[in-house]
Amino acid sequence: MKKQIIKLDINNQIYEVMVSPTDLLVDVIRKQIGLTGTKKGCGQGDCGACTVLIDGKAQLSCLMLAIASEGKKITTIEGIANQETGELHPLQQSFLDHGAVQCGFCSPGMILSSKALIDENPQPTEEEIKHALEGNLCRCTGYVLILEAVESYVEALSKGEV
Amino acid sequence: MGKMYEVSNKYNNYKEYEREFTEVGRSIPRLDGPAKVTGKVQYTDDLVLPRMAYGKILRSPHAHANIKSIDYNEALKLDGVLAVITGEDCPIPYGIVPHNANEHALAVGKVRNWGEGVAAVAALDEATAEKALELIKVEYEVLEAIVDPRESVKRDDLRIHENHPNNIAYEGTQVYGDPEKALAESDYIIEKEFYSSYVNHGFIETQSAISDFDPNTGKLHMYATCQVPHYTHQQLAKVLEMPMNKIRITVPLIGGGFGGKGVASQADFCSALLSRKIGKPVKITYERSEVFATNNGRHPCYMKFKMGFDKDGKITAVDFNNLMDGGAYSGWGIVVLFYTASMVHIPYMVPNVKFDGKRVFTNKPTCGAHRGLGGVQPRFAMEQMLDEAAEHFGMSPYAIRKLNAVESGYTAKSMMYVPHSEYKKCLDEAVEKSGFLEKQGKLPYGKGIGISGGYYISGTSYTLYLSYKPHTVATIKIDEENGVTLFCGATDIGQGVDTVMAQMAAETLGVKTEDVKVIPRDTEISTFDLGTFASRLTFATGWAIRQAAEKINAELFPVAASILKCRGDEIAVKDGYFYSIYEREGKKGRNREVLWTDVVTMYIESNGPLTCSGQFTPPRRKGIQQGGNIGHSPTFGFSAQVAEVDIDLETGKVNVVKITEAGDCGQPINPMSVEGQVHGSIQMGLGQALYEEMQIAPDGRFLNPSLHDYKMPTIRDMPKIDANIVEAYDPSAPYGGKESGEGPIQPTAPAIFNAVYDAIGVRFTEMPLTPEKVLNAIKAQKAK
Repeated sequence: MKKQIIKLDINNQIYEVMVSPTDLLVDVIRKQIGLTGTKKGCGQGDCGACTVLIDGKAQLSCLMLAIASEGKKITTIEGIANQETGELHPLQQSFLDHGAVQCGFCSPGMILSSKALIDENPQPTEEEIKHALEGNLCRCTGYVLILEAVESYVEALSKGEV
Repeated sequence: MGKMYEVSNKYNNYKEYEREFTEVGRSIPRLDGPAKVTGKVQYTDDLVLPRMAYGKILRSPHAHANIKSIDYNEALKLDGVLAVITGEDCPIPYGIVPHNANEHALAVGKVRNWGEGVAAVAALDEATAEKALELIKVEYEVLEAIVDPRESVKRDDLRIHENHPNNIAYEGTQVYGDPEKALAESDYIIEKEFYSSYVNHGFIETQSAISDFDPNTGKLHMYATCQVPHYTHQQLAKVLEMPMNKIRITVPLIGGGFGGKGVASQADFCSALLSRKIGKPVKITYERSEVFATNNGRHPCYMKFKMGFDKDGKITAVDFNNLMDGGAYSGWGIVVLFYTASMVHIPYMVPNVKFDGKRVFTNKPTCGAHRGLGGVQPRFAMEQMLDEAAEHFGMSPYAIRKLNAVESGYTAKSMMYVPHSEYKKCLDEAVEKSGFLEKQGKLPYGKGIGISGGYYISGTSYTLYLSYKPHTVATIKIDEENGVTLFCGATDIGQGVDTVMAQMAAETLGVKTEDVKVIPRDTEISTFDLGTFASRLTFATGWAIRQAAEKINAELFPVAASILKCRGDEIAVKDGYFYSIYEREGKKGRNREVLWTDVVTMYIESNGPLTCSGQFTPPRRKGIQQGGNIGHSPTFGFSAQVAEVDIDLETGKVNVVKITEAGDCGQPINPMSVEGQVHGSIQMGLGQALYEEMQIAPDGRFLNPSLHDYKMPTIRDMPKIDANIVEAYDPSAPYGGKESGEGPIQPTAPAIFNAVYDAIGVRFTEMPLTPEKVLNAIKAQKAK
């Protein structure tokens, strides 16, 4: 299949990459662009480790073609900390503080799924958080501390602390 | 960076456990946490080496077949294909237990399970490697497959391994005391059969390996997702026929292991063989289906139990017959078989024990080491039988456990010695926090509460091959340029041992944890460690680190003493200062002190560099017989859990509403990490209890090798968890701490099953407890 040059807008940078029409977004992000924070745990849309934000919505990059992502704003885990100071996004900090990170392999997807939810709905209920995260598998933490981390961030947000 | 450690949250409640410690007992988030949440951390598949090629493994569609021929000429002709290997390139068998070695990097002559590797390709890119696999022609002679160990053991006519009659991999018998007589004299005997299911670890990071063979030096450098780099190192040397000192294994960060990465993977061997063949680095990363095909998960067990009690409810004897489904190869099998035997002896006093076990080959992906190995299966059975006995005696399930619980100083009939146990405290706290006594037997139909206990080893006493060397070595280097650098081969698989090791080193050296650099595992740089298994690291590395740090202190204290003008034995070190415990500046002034870094500078200027090593070798026990050395451990962790369920009577779905846990891990080194281990254990136990099972068709095809069809718990399935750490300090442990990562999975499934009994009055004996089984039982009840 013939390769073509496309432009991807990732974390506010434009990357010009040569892809074939069947190349998946996750592989282009990881292998061509080198942003390996996006993880691949199954390649079949089951685990959520490859979650990225596309125009602000959480999407599985292993089920998206790279060519179909052109012209959209893509955010990966590398793009949510303060780009100038390096200071962690408060959601990232909350994951650390609550012990919601163990092996860390699901963390990028978990954090991005949480961020997509809260960006759209800053005061989600517990049920809404669970709904947003049920597509992200984690095998280390048991999820409970992840839920606490997200709820704590939501609370801090509502009090204007972050 | 200072900010991340100023954690203001519920973990401050653990302060009461700090005792005299300053670094041990701190709930420090993972030191590599910021790198993990920003995506900067590197796992094996994230690495790319210059000139690197990509490998793929062709896997068998049949569960049992002779390989008549493999023709890969067409594959080699494809542009971009660099090499193809088959079983002919790896005739030497390997295995984690060396004297049972019967696995090959690629099948030799015969495949014994669906998905076994038969050929591997290296190509310039992954797409080409995949295309090449399609061009390899394998001619199979398909054989009948056996997938049920109860059948397999009767089929001597159909041997999966020619040298194993009746497909028995191993069998073993242990008799302690006089179980026959004790059972005959018992006031009450329960006889029951149980089945524990066929589950996978489900780590999110699939296995990956990059091998880089340098033809000029004859050296191999491998990066791999490996939780036992030492054992993999040994096996690579054997299969590749290379000396160990020509092989270096670097373990990048691991995305979950749970025992599944506790064996060398076919990606390790195939990447190494391919790299040696083409003289370029080769990376092989598993697809999810390959994780299932190579499995190494928990052994399904068909268990027949007899359990006797005296008139007071005290256990008199246990007779345990265990038929274990081992799958196609040996792996950790013999170890797991004897662990199931030893797990009977604790956490309750059992004066007479008989064990008959067989591990049997079937045409299924091999079973092996899986969080809490060997314990989960018999615990599932015994904790339910205890409840049944309690009901018979009119006792509370709590009371019967308290009555039989072991205490510190207990020696089991198998000679297993328990230096420290707060198991009774665990039971008390779980019962009190959950309101168990107020709720049990009193909830409306469909709602129930159940209790269970458990324990696990804190390390093994023996190596997998005969050796008397230390099991762990830690080296601490002190200099002005780097501060404190800790070298140890212990493998962080996500459980957080790097952080815990830094805390323990910092504690003894008197510096801050954040100032200790832990050098990640690398067989050429790190000092020796056996690997991550058997919940051994906190205890084993703790002793080695403490010894190394004390040697450092022995060098630095006299220097500090001369600066402070006091005696060396009057010096203490904490928070980066050496100080005199007596001498003060002026009458009411601070203790006379000197900066730790100043002492280091003075020491190095006059003495040169400062590096010290410590080591740990577990104690051995006298009088061990009958294979009973497996299960011996320097010490043990304990746990009690109470599960509350709410059963949907329309659908049969068991909803676990809450789990209350109380654990004895001794002194928690990092309470936040302990809680994480407990939560993760509960999740995995709950998954096995209710949802997970690898499904194999009668012809051996794997029906659900994906995370879509293999159902692991999601965030929606989790109950509320109240995890408590009971106050405990194990004096035999280096900082009073012991395991917390495998004990807490032991009680989860039986606690849930006991709760289901409390809810609907039906005793289930097979995992997983699917809605269908529950609904059928409810219907049968109504029909009566």
